[in-house]
Amino acid sequence: MLVWSRSGRRLAWFLAALLFAVIYGLPIAMIALASISGQWNGVLPSHLTLMHFANSVQGESGDQLRVSIMTGAIASAVALVSGTCAALALRRIAGAPKRLLDAIFFIPSAVPSVSVGLGLLVAFSQPPVLLNGTTLIVVIAHFVLISAFTYGSVSAGLGRLAPDYEQVAESLGARAFYRLRRVTLPLVAPYLIAAFSLSFAFSMGELGATVMVYPPGWVTLPVGIFSLSDRGAIFDAAALTIILAVTTLIVLIGLSRVSTKAAVR
Amino acid sequence: MAELSVAVPRRAPRDFAGLWIGPPLLILAGLFLYPLALILRETLTGGTAVLSLGHFAEVLGSALFRTALYHTIIIALGSTAGCLALGFVFSLIIAFVPFPGARLLARLIDTFIALPTFLIALALTFIYGSAGLLNEGLMRLLHLDLPPIDFLYSQWGVILSEITVYTPFVMRPLLASFSLIEPAQIEVASSLGARPFRIIRQIILPAALPALLAGGSLCLLLTVNEFGIVLFIGAKDVITLPLLIYDKAIQEFDYTTACVIAVANIGLSLGLFSLYRLAVSRFEDRRHAGLV
Repeated sequence: MLVWSRSGRRLAWFLAALLFAVIYGLPIAMIALASISGQWNGVLPSHLTLMHFANSVQGESGDQLRVSIMTGAIASAVALVSGTCAALALRRIAGAPKRLLDAIFFIPSAVPSVSVGLGLLVAFSQPPVLLNGTTLIVVIAHFVLISAFTYGSVSAGLGRLAPDYEQVAESLGARAFYRLRRVTLPLVAPYLIAAFSLSFAFSMGELGATVMVYPPGWVTLPVGIFSLSDRGAIFDAAALTIILAVTTLIVLIGLSRVSTKAAVR
Repeated sequence: MAELSVAVPRRAPRDFAGLWIGPPLLILAGLFLYPLALILRETLTGGTAVLSLGHFAEVLGSALFRTALYHTIIIALGSTAGCLALGFVFSLIIAFVPFPGARLLARLIDTFIALPTFLIALALTFIYGSAGLLNEGLMRLLHLDLPPIDFLYSQWGVILSEITVYTPFVMRPLLASFSLIEPAQIEVASSLGARPFRIIRQIILPAALPALLAGGSLCLLLTVNEFGIVLFIGAKDVITLPLLIYDKAIQEFDYTTACVIAVANIGLSLGLFSLYRLAVSRFEDRRHAGLV
């Protein structure tokens, strides 16, 4: 307790509540209001409507939501496998090579997303591999950007693991693959799930690399939201943003439930 | 812990498990390092067979690049300063002037990390935009014809959005370091007559310094790389490096210029990333030593 007087505490709380309301509460409230506003010529909308949400679920916006979910799920799944593989293998490497490899796996999170997109565009618009204009290049861009998150999250989980369980399993004669499948992976399962949710959430909101590489047939939701807002259809954009945020949060909450269950077991 | 776990295979050197690093490393090399190398090659050749540093000199000397670099740095520094200040105030109250629901509030702010960054930029147009809540309200109240508040479509709008989005990244390490401060230390100080500001200055701030460094350098990195917010605010005279890369490559198909700017941007980001790693390792060392 830092402030002892009752009035001082009240003042501190009031200031914090005001700051929070202005900085976080108001924007969320306004974007939610905008998503259901029919006409907004005055201070507040004159009437409310669900039309923008109806627009969103049908037509191209619905497709964009599906594209985003699929891109996020595939890229996160691949990143999870490759990140787990890297984190597990790095446990068996020591010294300078370990530090170097660790840095290499983290670097994609430091490189600006637009540059990652530019690199893919330059590299795969020329032989030997031509991927420009395909769906795959979008998934690759998302994979590269989130691979550092999954790697970091899994290696943090492995770092916190007490070595006893694995040593006991080994001394009891468990083979390496059996040990991995029955001991190590179940123990780090909460971290694997957290890694997947974090990367899925990131992928759902990714814009910088996607605008560089997306083909007309594979438009993700953030790209769709930007083109709506660019055209001045800001209420439709607001409704789509709400859908994007809610979908992301549902997946996150769902997965964190699964994760708690895995931890309890 | 990491030292402990690698100690096992050293005892039994029959292990080739380290070779599993191969597949993920190959994937990363093909999909990330190879494109980066081609960006670098493009800057030197400009799509021809001749190597030269001419493109570099030309682009880096241009007014367009310098203005973008200036905007990027100003926006990053301003946003980071704002995030540190706001994050410090929020964390201080959540940790040391606790109220019912303080933990819930901390978690609510934390979920912001998962949301797309442009959400805030879009939301702010409904509040501070020319036809937004504030301007419409003031115009009606004061009988004005023109919107009186016009900061959103400038670097200030970008800075405000980035402060909102990136403050949670500062609060995470701050709350962690605050939870390790011995409450008795603060109670003794205040029973000896120290005022809250003195306690903050002499006890809390020194203990929070590594967390502020770690959170601040992460903020710098993220704000230098930020693209969505700048794109959505869409102010004509606020061009940052990532936005300039997008403009050059996608609007003008000028890949060589885009690549040169990308190399500069990546260099800046990697420098900030090293700073962040350094700050984090110091933060972790102090935490392990029980100093934080």
